[in-house]
Amino acid sequence: MRVTVRLFARLRDIAGAAELQREVGDGATLRTVWHALAREFPELERYTASISGAVNEEYARMDARVNDGDEVAFLPPVSGG
Amino acid sequence: MHAISAYPLDVAAVIAEVSRATCGAVATFVGTTRDHNQRRRVLYLEYEAYEPLAIRCFERIEAEARERWPEVGLAIHHRIGRVDVGAPSVVIAAASPHRADAFATARYAIERVKQIAPIWKREYFEGGEHWIEGAVAHPDDQVARQAALARACG
Repeated sequence: MRVTVRLFARLRDIAGAAELQREVGDGATLRTVWHALAREFPELERYTASISGAVNEEYARMDARVNDGDEVAFLPPVSGG
Repeated sequence: MHAISAYPLDVAAVIAEVSRATCGAVATFVGTTRDHNQRRRVLYLEYEAYEPLAIRCFERIEAEARERWPEVGLAIHHRIGRVDVGAPSVVIAAASPHRADAFATARYAIERVKQIAPIWKREYFEGGEHWIEGAVAHPDDQVARQAALARACG
């Protein structure tokens, strides 16, 4: 199945794209999508302990399942205000 | 009531959104770009947001505030894009029948924005630029929420 991955701030800079389309296996979770991405872009690895995840524009735990067509997002530590 | 905007923020317009005849107080917080940070001269900031999630976060912060202060009205407007020194990056207005709850709500809201809103600032300073990375965003983290409440009620 296929998901859209959105990346922000430094994560976007590292990947060189704000949005990616990626094939993921059945039973994939936010965590498995992240780890596949970190293999592709090794500089992402150091964010593994500090990212937050979202599925379809809602915060989600990293063990949340993703489904075909979902929009998943990975968020580095925030700095609004 | 809540907004992410690529255009300069209008403080009076945010106040007007929450003002009610039943309210005797409107407290505002305006966050602006400071000209220095960690001994560097800051030229400007550039903000980015995951907009739909940011708006949902603002709605969540409003709902949290109402649990504690049931009579308050709250509006949160945040800039994206380039924000020059002295210009507002965030405007929060909290209205309440009495001032204590309005002040507390405005403080609570900015603390929660900094904890959970999916917004990032990139600092452009003399000699370079870098992303600022603050809080790891965990909206359900009750410890963080209690810390924000403690600051609001301090």
